[in-house]
Amino acid sequence: MAQYFLRRVLIAIPTLLVISFVIFAILALAPGDPLAQFALNPAIPESTRELIRAQFGLDQPWYVRYVKWLGALASGDWGFSFASRSPVIDLVWQRLPQTLQVVGAAYLIAVLIAIPIGVISAVKQYSWFDQLATFFAFIGFSVPSFFTGLTLMLVFAINLKWFPIVYSSTLNLAGWDGFTEQLRQMVLPVTVLVVQQTAALTRFMRSSMLDNLPLDYVRTARAKGLADAMVVVRHVLRNSMIPVVTLIALGIPAIFAGAIITENLFRVNGLGQLLITSIQNSDTPVVMALTFIFACLTVLFNLIADLLYGVLDPRVRYS
Amino acid sequence: MSEVDQTMNAAGATDASVTIRQLQLGVPAKPRTLLGDAWRRFRRHKLAMVGASTLFLLILAVTIGALFYERYLVDQLAQSGMPVPVENPDIRVLIDHLDFLALLSPPTSVHPFGTDDLGRDLLARCIYGGRVSLSVGLVAMLIAISLGTIIGAAAGFFGGVVDQALMRLTDLFLSLPAVPLILLTVYLFRDPVIQAMGSPEAGIFVIVVTVIGALAWMQTARVVRATFLSLKEKEFVEAARCLGISRTAIMFRHILPNAMSPIIVAATLEIGSAIIAESTLSFLGVGFPPDTPTWGRLVTDGSQYLQAAPWLALIPGLLIFLTVLSINFMGDGLRDALDPRSRL
Repeated sequence: MAQYFLRRVLIAIPTLLVISFVIFAILALAPGDPLAQFALNPAIPESTRELIRAQFGLDQPWYVRYVKWLGALASGDWGFSFASRSPVIDLVWQRLPQTLQVVGAAYLIAVLIAIPIGVISAVKQYSWFDQLATFFAFIGFSVPSFFTGLTLMLVFAINLKWFPIVYSSTLNLAGWDGFTEQLRQMVLPVTVLVVQQTAALTRFMRSSMLDNLPLDYVRTARAKGLADAMVVVRHVLRNSMIPVVTLIALGIPAIFAGAIITENLFRVNGLGQLLITSIQNSDTPVVMALTFIFACLTVLFNLIADLLYGVLDPRVRYS
Repeated sequence: MSEVDQTMNAAGATDASVTIRQLQLGVPAKPRTLLGDAWRRFRRHKLAMVGASTLFLLILAVTIGALFYERYLVDQLAQSGMPVPVENPDIRVLIDHLDFLALLSPPTSVHPFGTDDLGRDLLARCIYGGRVSLSVGLVAMLIAISLGTIIGAAAGFFGGVVDQALMRLTDLFLSLPAVPLILLTVYLFRDPVIQAMGSPEAGIFVIVVTVIGALAWMQTARVVRATFLSLKEKEFVEAARCLGISRTAIMFRHILPNAMSPIIVAATLEIGSAIIAESTLSFLGVGFPPDTPTWGRLVTDGSQYLQAAPWLALIPGLLIFLTVLSINFMGDGLRDALDPRSRL
């Protein structure tokens, strides 16, 4: 077990290094001088510009710059945002809670909805319920999340006025009213993400259940007189959950990416919105840091998925 | 068995001589082909047929339909008092024609999809946007599928070190954060590619298609590798090798055609996800320039008038949804139709 864990962690580290290098390379290859705004300023003479370049280490070869950048990244020094003139890491800490709230709530709800639907779909394969679930899953796959968002906004925020259109981060959260207000403004962004995630999870759950249902151990369980519900919940569901749990972990980076769209639509001041505004403002340090954070999340959850798989399914550990 | 009976009965009803010959020879009048079988199974998949027809109609609308609509719109505009100043304008002119008599107009006979805040015709813009979105989907799919097929085929066929290296590369690409990376690359490389290509539209097209394609080949590569791994041990490959056929010919002439089914399915689904990726980029304002009305861009522009003119955002959004849904249903139907295990 320990050996399996160690091997997985050791694979994750070079992956992360390569990804950090890819991001660095994209930035280094990209045309445009980070000091371009100084170049346009006639008040700064050529010699001063060279000095600034030397001071920022831009005159050094790329591998020195990469190692330095990586070292700084690891020690929590993520540079300064051009736009807000504050350290990038502060911006990230400011924005992280909103993103985690929305994404976390959405994923939890999506999992809670998807598992029962997937189970019923598989147990009653080709029934009207299964057909309906399949149809809705296809819709969930095919609808772009900004379109779901806009439609929900039009119906529930503009016409019915049940929920606020724009997410407000300055709400006073004290007391019961603040709490319900916060819940109300989270409903629409969370729903958009739930629609997107439930579709995929339902299909995974269904196919995993279908793989397990015809197996011998299920027949044995039935043969010893166990009630149908018991067989499904205690035996089939538990075994079907093994691949699904890892897929749930693997889906987490995707939901963060989905959050980029929802946060922009509903003006949630999270990481996704920060990424887009930074791209629009050409705020390179922030863009870099956020892309790297998303990459880290992907690798981290890949690792967690691998480890979970190892814990849940002993066969994986020894192969 | 009943299948054969049916064909024979059907043939007998139309042409007796064919049936007689068929009975004499003991074979069906028309030989069943691989593609014919697939088509028969595809037709039985109702939703897939609906999807394929919808997609066909959409493609027809943005190509041939556009020609008719150009003339219709010019006539209508001339009657309503805002004639187009150019003789025989094509869709490129019409998407920028301002009809000041119908600002934010709801769907009418002059403007079947309504107009935006500057009085530009939404249907004309949707037709133009459809061309952009569909061609982005198609070209990005071609890039992703070519990359995936070549990498998967090489990994599966050669095995060993090549396989190891290529699969590590695939794993690496799978752990890249796609959406942020697409955003980052388009943002950083937009200007030089635009300069290299001459026009903003062509430049953005090239970069969007390349980036989407370059980050979407991994699933195809895995599927193709798995198929190649199992096929290369088969007798027909051994026979081909005995005949002294070169390795490239075995790979592409003998194994690849047998691995086409999963590739076709992956290709179909890839068009859909590329269309979503492009419209998301446009929606976030990182895709095509503002004067190119792609479907995603139309949704963004329309979302500012969600209250006053909801159709502006809903119609192009619905078009994206409809296109991708049709493609996904088609992919599902193709999966069933091309799977040899379901062959009757």
